[in-house]
Amino acid sequence: MNYAATARERLNEAAKTRILVKDGPYGTAIQNEKLSEEQYTGDTGLTMDQKGNNDLVNLTQPQVIRKICDSYIASGATLLATNTFNANQISQADYGAENLVREINISAAKVIREACEEATAKDSLPRFVCGAMGPTNKTLSLSPDVEDPGFREVDFDEVKAIYREQADALIEGGCDFILIETVFDTLNCKAAIMAVKEIEMERGHDVPLLISLTLTDMSGRNLSGHTVEAFWHTVRHAKPAAIGLNCSFGAEQLRPHVQLLSGIADTLLLAYPNAGLPNELGEYDELPATTAELVGRWAEAGQVNILGGCCGITPEHIGAIADAVRDADPRTWEKADPVMRLAGLEPFSFTGTKPKSCCAAGSCSAA
Amino acid sequence: MTAQSASNFINIGERTNVTGSARFKKLIMADDYATAVEVARSQVENGAQVIDVNMDEGLLDAKHAMTTFLKLIAAEPDIARVPVMIDSSKWDVIEAGLKCVSGKPIVNSISMKEGEEEFLKHARLCMNYGAAAVVMAFDEVGQADTKERKVEICKRAYDLLTGIGFPPEDIIFDPNVFAVATGIEEHDRYGLDFIEACQEIKEQCPHAKTSGGLSNLSFSFRGNETVRRAMHSVFLYHAIPAGLDMAIVNAGQLDVYDTIDPVLREACEEVILMRKPKALGAKDDGDADSATEKLINLAESFKGKSKEDDKQAAEWRGWEVSKRLEHALVKGIDAHIVDDTEIMRQEIFEAGGRPIEVIEGPLMDGMNVVGDLFGSGKMFLPQVVKSARVMKKAVAHLIPYIEEEKLLLPEVERSSKGTIIMATVKGDVHDIGKNIVGVVLQCNGYEVVDLGVMVPWQDILKAANDHSADMIGLSGLITPSLDEMVTVAEEMQGAGMTMPLLIGGATTSRVHTALKIDPVYDGPVIHVLDASRAVGVASKLLSDTLRDPFVEETAEEYEKVRVARAGKSEKALLPLKEARGNFYDAFLSDKPAPPLQPGDHLFEEWPLEDLVETFDWTPFFRAWELHGVYPRILDDEVVGEAARNLKADADAMLEQIVSEKWLTAKAVVGLWPCARAHDCRDDVMIHLEEEQHIRMPFLRQQVIKSRDRANMCLADFIDPAGDWMGGFVVGIHGIEPHIERFRADKDDYSDILLKALADRFAEAMAERLHQHVRTDLWGYAPGEQLTNQALIKEQYRGIRPAPGYPAVPDHSLKPILFDMLDAEAKIGVSLTESFAMYPTAAVSGLYFGHPESQYFGVAKIGRDQLEDYAMRRGVDVAIAERWLRPNL
Repeated sequence: MNYAATARERLNEAAKTRILVKDGPYGTAIQNEKLSEEQYTGDTGLTMDQKGNNDLVNLTQPQVIRKICDSYIASGATLLATNTFNANQISQADYGAENLVREINISAAKVIREACEEATAKDSLPRFVCGAMGPTNKTLSLSPDVEDPGFREVDFDEVKAIYREQADALIEGGCDFILIETVFDTLNCKAAIMAVKEIEMERGHDVPLLISLTLTDMSGRNLSGHTVEAFWHTVRHAKPAAIGLNCSFGAEQLRPHVQLLSGIADTLLLAYPNAGLPNELGEYDELPATTAELVGRWAEAGQVNILGGCCGITPEHIGAIADAVRDADPRTWEKADPVMRLAGLEPFSFTGTKPKSCCAAGSCSAA
Repeated sequence: MTAQSASNFINIGERTNVTGSARFKKLIMADDYATAVEVARSQVENGAQVIDVNMDEGLLDAKHAMTTFLKLIAAEPDIARVPVMIDSSKWDVIEAGLKCVSGKPIVNSISMKEGEEEFLKHARLCMNYGAAAVVMAFDEVGQADTKERKVEICKRAYDLLTGIGFPPEDIIFDPNVFAVATGIEEHDRYGLDFIEACQEIKEQCPHAKTSGGLSNLSFSFRGNETVRRAMHSVFLYHAIPAGLDMAIVNAGQLDVYDTIDPVLREACEEVILMRKPKALGAKDDGDADSATEKLINLAESFKGKSKEDDKQAAEWRGWEVSKRLEHALVKGIDAHIVDDTEIMRQEIFEAGGRPIEVIEGPLMDGMNVVGDLFGSGKMFLPQVVKSARVMKKAVAHLIPYIEEEKLLLPEVERSSKGTIIMATVKGDVHDIGKNIVGVVLQCNGYEVVDLGVMVPWQDILKAANDHSADMIGLSGLITPSLDEMVTVAEEMQGAGMTMPLLIGGATTSRVHTALKIDPVYDGPVIHVLDASRAVGVASKLLSDTLRDPFVEETAEEYEKVRVARAGKSEKALLPLKEARGNFYDAFLSDKPAPPLQPGDHLFEEWPLEDLVETFDWTPFFRAWELHGVYPRILDDEVVGEAARNLKADADAMLEQIVSEKWLTAKAVVGLWPCARAHDCRDDVMIHLEEEQHIRMPFLRQQVIKSRDRANMCLADFIDPAGDWMGGFVVGIHGIEPHIERFRADKDDYSDILLKALADRFAEAMAERLHQHVRTDLWGYAPGEQLTNQALIKEQYRGIRPAPGYPAVPDHSLKPILFDMLDAEAKIGVSLTESFAMYPTAAVSGLYFGHPESQYFGVAKIGRDQLEDYAMRRGVDVAIAERWLRPNL
């Protein structure tokens, strides 16, 4: 392994030869530990009930997180994300734990970093620590008040500052990448990107991003209304190491959207669907073999570079996915043409009045 | 990869730019953002690919105005679908805007005016926010005026930008358009310099784009729109091939190059391209020794001419009068119709003809063209109705002359092809469809006697006799009208009439006509599917040769329907008891929490502009027989143009409705404790205040279900241990004076348009109210955030079934609902004897909040349920039978 290379270069290198496997979620696994309220709270001195504050577990019961991380590593995952989906000021305010955001993120990153380094010391496989940042539960694009469409609960600078704090702590704790995941509001994502850009400027080095969109309807838009392609246009300036889709749907429903994004993105393609759609009781019951078969088809079609899982996915699912794609060729892509790619909720591409002639090469049948 | 938007030139409008649009500026200054948003919407609807937003006005807090407006349009999916151009000369306004735009916008603009450092700082921010940028050809010295300066500055900026990694394809250079023909010699080269600079910049700066604001160019000709438009068009005609990629100009300020007056066009070209002027002709010879002088001289003769005048003068206004009449009819232009009709009348009079010949000759010829175009699918209903408006105005002008002549010649031959009595039957107030059919028939030369709405059978029969009618057309929208039509047919039979009876309207059907109406009347009974068929049916019925075969064919067809139905009529139904046993087992502990604000809520004036945003336009187009889903229908190959024109007219009327408050949207809502009845699982007991308990009986599906599917009844969603439900009535008041005005003006088009829009307001109000109930009044979905599209698709929790619709087919539940809400007293919505609501633009329904609650159709029910239901309602079986006939 080339230790002088940047994280982005190492990831691209690893992704050249095979499809990489990302881990699954932490929430259910933590719940299975049946921690008591005292165990959640630990010695933080927090007064509110912390039961269910899964992000706090990074700080109070790091061995639990380590155990889950190890199980994903054992299943074959080499991209490991931190358990920090809600480790930000907005979400932690619900638990009165805002003042611990920094510590939670540092601790979360350290646990994953240690697990990865120990595993890599044994098998020499490159592993990548991704600091996960969730969408928060506030939206910059929409008004929560139907009477007042111009109202916003938060503003761009607030959200940017919240992400900046979280990303700083994740990097400090040892993350190689920042994963902006489950993006339901594209403007929140842009604020997160801006936060990371500011960190890059301050630290003077590249902080590579992985960005993952979540769709809220089958037609392929997120909550703020952006189509998959419009979203790609909107975040392309961040030069993400990978762009992808997660949550909302199972692999079955996500298929056409993965295919679409795969056809336009000139970077690594990441996908981590849920274990199907929830049943009547709200549980995910898709079997590991089923998930593996469904995402295996994307691999066969050369549409993905990184596969993992979201809601309902277990280490068994990740193991099945790793087995299914072990020998598959990773997706390749061509550098996109230098076209101006704008976006509203829908994409708008503009070549200008004197486009480079595509007919010269004889490849244009429409001419 | 980019095939979906393969445009290679962009026109960027100025209508949401306070420096470019006086109207927009006025709206923003007056804080009327709602209307300002509509400006953006119509701009996008008219095809804008990018919207430019500029709030640079000395008296405005530009930052506040920019962010307010951008946030508001972000909430409008129809607008937000296109990218935004954030346009300001102040960086802090631009940056505030960047923080509100969720896609990838264009920043307009940055420049080296304040030095390289500031320039690159702004450029980096554009990169990090994710925006393309317009770069002005402006440096520390000043704005570039010559070609050399323009190219030099742009190249320097390009090198600096690409040096920091700015994507070259995201750079748009604006090399400054300056005014030409100012009389100052140094300005003469400005147009040519710009065009040549574009070419050079594109060559020296690969992948970069160019842009220009056009209005400066023609600054010397302020007030002379004809010349300004010509200059802009000529400029673009030459600049685009030279590499200009986008321009900021209002599309309305452009002409098609080929249609510009050739003399004017040449003069513009000479000015812009610095060509040596050709002499203008003997009169002006010697006057114009420079291109500028020539254009200035020429401009005088184009002063004060509007675009419309030019076009008309150039085109059809020069034609002979009969052709002009035809053109006016086909295009639906009423501006000159009275004058032209008068000219035609005088021509005919001088040739010894009679006034009626104007109608029989050129006007009918024109309407025949309209009829042919409509019949062959080349014209669409909204256009035909506009044509009819023109025809009516022409006829109205002729009537006094015809009347005058009648006094001299008592026996004037009738010109009509036949007379048709039209009526919406008793108990029903809906007449959009009937009016459309009436107009189409009139357009085709039939005399239509329109008896209006709520017409009892006695009046219909009397009118048929009085007018020696050739046929009767009945219309109705609600299901009880079907029964009333049967009554009219029975009475016609009783009166010994034999004339054809035409049946039409939304709930009517070939099957119902065949099964229920045709058997009770011996004369021909014909179901007419839509307005476009009406003329064909009428002409066949009045033709000596076609009538009998057509009548026979139809009768045979109906007989076949009856035979086919006879076999099916005994479709297996479950006995009511068993159907109840197969109830829908809702998970009752999921029932919604009690309302945050139980009881009654009155809304006396819901803001109309808020409702406009919630419009579901698809049914609006359907009302005009334009089929397709909005907004896709606007781009439809076949009906797109008609749909766009109709939408534009609707938007114009909407603007008036909203700004002049033509309509008032009222609503009343009640949220009441209730429980499924213990004595019957299909009833719900609603507990009003003061110990009043109202029984609300529902119907249950009895059709045998496949697999495990339940026999549903709305009461299944209510917990017998105590639950909540609601009810509402909305009504749109105030159309009457406007309808009267349109009627007086012979303007059926506006009449139908207003009624169709009032219906949209009612539906939108019902949708918005339901949302308000979910998020606030009942409040079981406080965080719900749905786009208008999601609302239209009903992607929310809970339902609002309406009496008279498939889940609650019994219209007679309306009086119970209206009483509980005291709807007539509170919001002035009343019920006819057939339970139609008045005003017509009204919606009523019940609210169910259970997450599993869903719409379904009751469909056929058995005799056992009918009797049981009559008992529960406390009415005779015969009465219940009349109410439930469609389901029996």
